[in-house]
Amino acid sequence: MDKIAVKVDDLTVAYNYKPVLWDIDLEIPEGVLMAIVGPNGAGKSTLIKSILGILKPIAGSVSFYGKPYSKQRQLVAYVPQKGSVDWDFPTTALDVVMMGTYGSLGWIKRPGQKEKKSALEALEKVGMLTFKNRQISQLSGGQQQRIFLARALVQNASIYFMDEPFQGVDATTEVAIINILKELRRANKTVIVVHHDLQTVPEYFDWVTFLNVKKIATGPVKDIFNDDNLTKTYGINYKVSIQE
Amino acid sequence: MNSAQLEIQLIASLVAIACAIPGTFLVLRKMAMISDAISHAILPGIVVGFFITQDLNSPLLILLAALTGIITVVLVEYIQKTGLVKEDTAIGLVFPALFSIGVILIAKNANDVHLDVDAVLLGELAFAPFDRLLFNGIDIGPKSLWVVGLILLVTVSLLILFFKELKLSTFDEGLSASLGFSPAIIHYGLMSVSSVTTVGAFDAVGAILVVALMISPAASAYLLTTDLKKMLGLAISFGVFSAVFGYWVAHWLDASIAGSITTVLGLVFLLVYLFAPTKGIIAVMYRERQQQIEVSLLTFLLHLKNHDELEERHVNHLYEHINWQKVRAKSVLDLAQKNNMIRLDKNIVSLTEKGDQFTSKAIDYIMTNEDAQIEDMKADFFLFRG
Repeated sequence: MDKIAVKVDDLTVAYNYKPVLWDIDLEIPEGVLMAIVGPNGAGKSTLIKSILGILKPIAGSVSFYGKPYSKQRQLVAYVPQKGSVDWDFPTTALDVVMMGTYGSLGWIKRPGQKEKKSALEALEKVGMLTFKNRQISQLSGGQQQRIFLARALVQNASIYFMDEPFQGVDATTEVAIINILKELRRANKTVIVVHHDLQTVPEYFDWVTFLNVKKIATGPVKDIFNDDNLTKTYGINYKVSIQE
Repeated sequence: MNSAQLEIQLIASLVAIACAIPGTFLVLRKMAMISDAISHAILPGIVVGFFITQDLNSPLLILLAALTGIITVVLVEYIQKTGLVKEDTAIGLVFPALFSIGVILIAKNANDVHLDVDAVLLGELAFAPFDRLLFNGIDIGPKSLWVVGLILLVTVSLLILFFKELKLSTFDEGLSASLGFSPAIIHYGLMSVSSVTTVGAFDAVGAILVVALMISPAASAYLLTTDLKKMLGLAISFGVFSAVFGYWVAHWLDASIAGSITTVLGLVFLLVYLFAPTKGIIAVMYRERQQQIEVSLLTFLLHLKNHDELEERHVNHLYEHINWQKVRAKSVLDLAQKNNMIRLDKNIVSLTEKGDQFTSKAIDYIMTNEDAQIEDMKADFFLFRG
């Protein structure tokens, strides 16, 4: 785990001149399954979005394996928050998953049989093959999240960013998602997840970043996931029992 | 039907198609009002363009007017970004200001030419065939037909080339940005097409009808399909139908063509809104009623499941135990019997095996919210369709 997959230097992001992320330095080693945790408004989603260039930082730089994002798009997949899109949009589950292939196609070129095949494979991986022709508004919250995951899988990236993939999903979907994430890690992919549920951090992840406008700590879960860092991040006394 | 009538219907139909395409994406992007803003705000662009070119169909005039359309969008977004006012307020601030500049310019400088506010608002399709385009001295058809035809050709080409990008950035801006398809480029591309279409259509059908042709067919199509390509196809069909049928309504009533087309567009939407199979108001009311009955059915089945005592399951007591009106009780009992969920034995109601299983599954689903086991029940019961 010597290689650094993502390196963030002095990243500062502001909305209307009010900083929401302040001078973030972050090195994410290749092959980790990392949670970003922090209270509401800590800038967790903002961090991901500015790393991916969806939001423009006012200072700082980000590199993926030493190169800027614009040169490394093919290596990176992004799963936005489920609520960020209009699920009444007239399209099917398969079509949404196909969108993951657009990046490798580039402008104008259309998806063909090859893209369809990999989309179907991804649907199968997340257990949604039987729903491929269903209109997306007819899917449950957990199923929609799995569609988003499948869409990231077809990108066949090296680094995955996910914004609260466990939000509002049922228990089965949560297990299905975490299994896929662990499978990605076994394939030496780097997975970065904005996560809300502190209880499951030690069970699901091996790396963690504490964030609250500033970076509080980052490192292996077994070393830094402790009451001290939780209290620094959440500002109140936190006691979690970490299962050994 | 004489050739002038045919030409008018042809122009109206081409305008309808050219409007329905960007209109579909505006509706999906919840930006319908921006078309209203553009259609009014391009007036100063048209007037200034007319002063420079002295020709209402000059390409320069169309480009200048389209540029004003883009400026409108930029101004609206700029005001909105300050966070001081909401988007609809920003739209309401920008376009009347630009439109009134156009009105003043016309009043001061263009009183003696064919450029008046009435024509701008309502257009006059009836006059379109009189303005001919000559090529080497040969009459090759009405000018607006060529202008609109050219705009339509460009719009359709852009749609075919960038369909994938338009769909992606409309559905998920974030993914579009992260994959390298700049949502800003696509957004302004769409705004440019909307502006050019508006200008081109404007002379023929006027500012109000342009908006109707962009939004109404797309809104009707949205209620009828869950496929973007079909939505585009339906929007185009509704637009063309309204254009042609509206023309004949105007002919029979001896009324304004633009007004008649807009009326037909409104009626088409009304019919779709009422009768669309799944999203229509009647379908929704039917579904809500069915769901209500299904909830009652489930309550009833659960009551039977929870009570072994005979007096709790005696027909005569059911009304008072579950506290229903007789009318609803009858539809619930019918539904239960139709599905073989209950049997009646000497006035005692009991669950069949099927009814028992159904109840367990349904309760399980309601408690865990896990879809997997109830997929087969979705076909028969609205309740489980989410």
